[in-house]
Amino acid sequence: MRRKGSPWQGLGTVFAKELADHVSSARMLVLEILFLLIGCVVVYFAIDQIRQTTAEDPFVLLKLFTAGRSSLLSLLAILGILIPLVAIGLGFDAVNGEHNRRTLSRILSQPIYRDALLAGKFLAALATLGISLVCLWLLVIGLGIILLGVPPSGEEIVRSLAFLFVTLAYAGIWLALAILFSIIFRSAATAALVALGLWLFLTLIWPMLAPAFANVISPPDVRYLLVGVPSPNTAAWERALNSISPNQLYGEAAAALLAPEARAVGTTDYIGYLTQLQGAIRGSVLPLKESLAIAWPQTVSLIAGVIVLFVAGYVVFQRQEVRA
Amino acid sequence: MSAPVIAAHGLTKRYGKATVVDGIDFAVAKGEIFGLLGPNGAGKTTTILMMLGLTEVSAGEIRVLDHDPVRDPLGVKRRVGYLPDQVGFYDNLTAFENLAYTARLMGIAARERGNRIAEALRRVRLFDVADKRVATFSRGMRQRLGLAEIVMKRADIAILDEPTSGLDPQATVEFLEMIEELKRAGVTVLLSSHLLDQVQRVCDRVALFQSGRIVLMGTVAELARQVLGAGFVVEVEADAAADLEARFGAIPGVSSVARVDADRYRLTADRDVRPEAARAVVAANGALRRLSVDDPSLAEIYTRFFQKQASREEGKRDAA
Repeated sequence: MRRKGSPWQGLGTVFAKELADHVSSARMLVLEILFLLIGCVVVYFAIDQIRQTTAEDPFVLLKLFTAGRSSLLSLLAILGILIPLVAIGLGFDAVNGEHNRRTLSRILSQPIYRDALLAGKFLAALATLGISLVCLWLLVIGLGIILLGVPPSGEEIVRSLAFLFVTLAYAGIWLALAILFSIIFRSAATAALVALGLWLFLTLIWPMLAPAFANVISPPDVRYLLVGVPSPNTAAWERALNSISPNQLYGEAAAALLAPEARAVGTTDYIGYLTQLQGAIRGSVLPLKESLAIAWPQTVSLIAGVIVLFVAGYVVFQRQEVRA
Repeated sequence: MSAPVIAAHGLTKRYGKATVVDGIDFAVAKGEIFGLLGPNGAGKTTTILMMLGLTEVSAGEIRVLDHDPVRDPLGVKRRVGYLPDQVGFYDNLTAFENLAYTARLMGIAARERGNRIAEALRRVRLFDVADKRVATFSRGMRQRLGLAEIVMKRADIAILDEPTSGLDPQATVEFLEMIEELKRAGVTVLLSSHLLDQVQRVCDRVALFQSGRIVLMGTVAELARQVLGAGFVVEVEADAAADLEARFGAIPGVSSVARVDADRYRLTADRDVRPEAARAVVAANGALRRLSVDDPSLAEIYTRFFQKQASREEGKRDAA
């Protein structure tokens, strides 16, 4: 049985209203200030470090994203932590907020489908994140040009734009997750806590559990252990299990895009390994096309994750009762 | 009765094993105020949500303005206004902005929007506070704003779910007047409530819900006849030499005459028999001092109905 009428009717209206709400909210103000401060501070330290260590680097501007006083204080690492928080902050009360304000049944009694409400809310929050990220990107590149005095090369722009896109997909995952929880849980506080809990689990606990599980599923081969090299099977399992965490995928894709130079032999991280493999053949720096190819699976996984989580939310929302 | 604007046949809603609405049939004619009445949890709100296509129909059929809400909910929702139980608004927006959002969702053209919103706010007497944030509004004002939304929509049918619960008496009176204004404007109104005197005041017909079924339906007078036996109680205070009791009893439609006092009589009839009673007194050369009729009250019908039912069930249990 098909329903009549377009599911997109009202989408633009919901999108515009939600975007206006986000942009004018106190939440967004805090978010903007946070991005501004972090952008300035991190870039300042990164520039400090670049001045001290780098003599000649073809991708000085990309270093702005990855360098820092320590690896934990690079812009990339901070975005990896900050973006989930911001995305959860924008999405955790998307649907249950309408329930609790008792506006949901009134809005749904207007000639729109639920599709439009959910998609409008998701796209508006994603656009809000996108605007903030583009601002941050401009800020970083701008500060880099002014303080380092190096004009960006075309490849640097393309690489950093690709990084921006991956970052947005990463934000989309957490946003879709937060909205899913906002549909499942009637209380906004519960939805926020569960989303944050899952985020903590995936960023802090899962990277520790994954090797343990990998060792159980595929015990390391004694011959490899004797030589002191990880067994290929165990390593493959560890990688597969680690890929469940969006942070891992994001980190890998970002590393492939932002750090094209070949790294030291014996590196344990997979992207470094891949980059180094390719780089060994082609020279010290990986061409753009190769970097994009390395980052592609992770990017696609992130986008697929966004779609899966959004569809899950959509299905639950369609079946949910409107009445409070 | 012209073609009904809402027609339900065997409408059923189940949640798992529980049947919330159990095969109800009803029809609402254009321009009438139809009351859905019954205790909480009797299935009124679920019925309303099925009319709007906001919840799935388990069995049976419902048509609203010749649209099927299951397949064409947008067609229904374009022409039906809904005021939910305890309506909510976006507190951070003004009354005007709240209506502007729904106006856009309704697809009202941009240049018409301002006028339609202003006109609707004027109709519900909220025009002076149009630019105040809804957070500052009282419950009564929020309900009126919800009504303004229906006015703005120029809906053919207005569905109001418990619109007056929790309002103070003054606000209730005002709100009921606005409902009657809607009726004068040609809008069909479906009113759900458990506040009987209000339903009686404004509704043309009522349907009494009980655990998912419509147990009684019709005008208040019809219900009175069904439940109380006869609908009208006329009290006469008169002196006469002749035997008034017999004369009253002879009036067609009177089912019983009781002599309450030496000069007071109570007539039970299926219609208003005051003119005949007055004529009877005059014909007997009596002095008519007082003549009054008790309208059958819905509250009385309601309590009596449930009492009867309880006693019937008790009887059944005793028999078993």
